[in-house]
Amino acid sequence: MWSLENITKSVDSWLNLQFSPTIAFLIEAVIIMVLVIGLFAFLGLVLVFMERKVSSFMQIRLGPNRVGPMGIFQTAADTLKLIVKEGFTPNNVDKFLFNLAPFIVMVVAMVVLAPFAFSKGFQIWDVNVGIFFITAVSSLGVIGILTAGWSSNNKYSLLGAMRSGAQIVSYELSAGLTILVIVMLTGSLRISDIINAQADGWWIFKGHIPAIIAFVIYIIAATAETNRAPFDMAEAESELTAGFHTEYSGMKFALFFLAEYANVFIVCAIGATLFLGGWMPLHFGENNWFNSIMDYIPGIVWFFGKTFFLIFVIMWFRWTFPRLRIDQLLNLEWKYLLPISLFNLLLATVIAIAGWHF
Amino acid sequence: MFVTQYIKDVFGAIKSLGIGMRRTLWYFVRPKEIITQQYPDNKDTLVLAERFRGEVVMPHDENNEHACTGCTACELACPNGSIKIVTKFDITPEGKRKKAIDQFVYRLDMCTMCNMCVVACPSDAIIMANDFEHSVYDRTKLTKILNKPGSKVRDGIE
Ligand code: SF4
Ligand code: SF4
Repeated sequence: MWSLENITKSVDSWLNLQFSPTIAFLIEAVIIMVLVIGLFAFLGLVLVFMERKVSSFMQIRLGPNRVGPMGIFQTAADTLKLIVKEGFTPNNVDKFLFNLAPFIVMVVAMVVLAPFAFSKGFQIWDVNVGIFFITAVSSLGVIGILTAGWSSNNKYSLLGAMRSGAQIVSYELSAGLTILVIVMLTGSLRISDIINAQADGWWIFKGHIPAIIAFVIYIIAATAETNRAPFDMAEAESELTAGFHTEYSGMKFALFFLAEYANVFIVCAIGATLFLGGWMPLHFGENNWFNSIMDYIPGIVWFFGKTFFLIFVIMWFRWTFPRLRIDQLLNLEWKYLLPISLFNLLLATVIAIAGWHF
Repeated sequence: MFVTQYIKDVFGAIKSLGIGMRRTLWYFVRPKEIITQQYPDNKDTLVLAERFRGEVVMPHDENNEHACTGCTACELACPNGSIKIVTKFDITPEGKRKKAIDQFVYRLDMCTMCNMCVVACPSDAIIMANDFEHSVYDRTKLTKILNKPGSKVRDGIE
C-alpha cells in the first residue's frame, strides 16, 4: 500500500546507494529543512486565513473576500506586502539582540518539530525522550520574546515581554503535569510508543476521567502558552499596542507572526498526539471491521485533521472569551489549574498502577 | 464551606464558558446570519433602517410648499448651532406684516445627527433623511439652504 513510510525508506536507500553515508545524511538534512520551511510557509498562509475566516463567521461578518474566490489569496497578498516593507530598526535599540529575537522564536518553533510523527514512520527524529524534548525546547521560545521586549527600548515592549515570561513560566507547569498524565499511562516518553499505545483507542477514551481532565487543562494551558486571547497579556493590543513586537516591522514582524501560528500548530499537534492518537486512526478495541475501515484513511490525514480540529477549538476560544487581567490570569493558574492538575496526576498514577484504564 | 465553594466556582465557570462557546458556534455554522453589507457593490439594493439618521431635510409638497413657519425653535434646540433661520416679513392680503422663513441655513458639517431639531419643530417641517453619502471636495458645499427657492409656507400652518 502507498504510504509515506515507504517513500522515505526508498529515498533513504537510494541516497545511500548513490553516495557515501555522510553525503546522504547531509542531503537528507537539506530535504528535511526544505520540508520544514515549506510546512511553516504553508501553515502561515493557511492558519492566518483560517483565523480570519473563523473570527469573522463567529462575529457575523464576511471576513476577507476580495482577493481570489472567498479571499483565499488574501494572506499571500499580505505576505507579499510584508516582504516588500521596510524592516525598520528604531534608534537606541540593542541592534544585535533586536535582530536576533525573531530568529530565536522561529528556530525554536522549527526545532520542536523534530520528534513529531506526522504519519506512520514519517518522523524526523524518534528520540527516546521525545515528549520531554518537546516541552523542554518549546519553553525556550519565551527567551526570544524576552529578548525582543528587552532590546526594543520601549516600555510597552518590555512590559509585554515580562508578562509573557510570567505567563509562560506559570502555564508550563500545568501543561507539563497534564502531559505527564499521558506519559504515566503509556509508560514511555517516546512519541512512537505513545502513539502505538493508542492503537486500540485514543487516550482520551481509554484514560477516561484523568485523561479528559488533563485534556481540558492542556488546551487551556496551550492557549496561554501561545499568548493568544483570552490570555494575550504579552500582546495586549488595547494596553500595550502590540507588546513585545511593537517596534518590529516588515519581515521581522512577519517572523513573529509566523512563529505565533507555528506555535499554535505545535501545541495542537502535541495535544493531538497525546490525547487523540496522533496519526493513529480512530480505533476501538482490536482487529474488528470498524478499525479496518478507518485504516483506509491515511495517517497524515488523521494527524492534520486532529491538529486542525484542535486549532479550531483554540480559535473558538479566542473569539468567544473576554480577556483576563494579569492577576486573574495568574489566579487561574495557581489557584485552579495547578491544584486540579496535581490532583489529576495523583488520580492518573493510581489508575495507571491499578490498571483501571482500558 | 470553602471546598464546596471552590468546586462550585470551577463548574460554574465551565458552564458559563460553555454557554458562550455555544453561541459563537451557533453563528459559525449559520453563514446566513451574516449582517455585513458589501457596500459599494450593493449600492442599488442597499436597505437602511428607518431609524437611521443621515441628514436633516425639509420635505416640500408638489406646490413647492413646506411647513416651516420660521419660529426658530429648531435653531434654539440645536446643541451646536448647526441651524440658522433667516426670517423675512411677508405682507398678508389684509395688509398685515407676517413673519416667514427666508432661508433655512443648515450646516451638515457641524451636525451631530442628534434629532433635537426634529423633535423641537412644532409643525413637523423637518425630518431626518436616510442618505449617508455626504463626502464632497469642498467644505462649503456642506452648508445647505433647506427651503427650496420660491417655496412658501403651506396655508393653514401657524
Ligand atoms: S440633528 Fe441635532 S445637531 Fe443636527 S441640526 Fe438638528 S439639532 Fe442640530
Ligand atoms: S423648521 Fe420647524 S422649528 Fe424650525 S423654524 Fe421651521 S417651523 Fe420652526
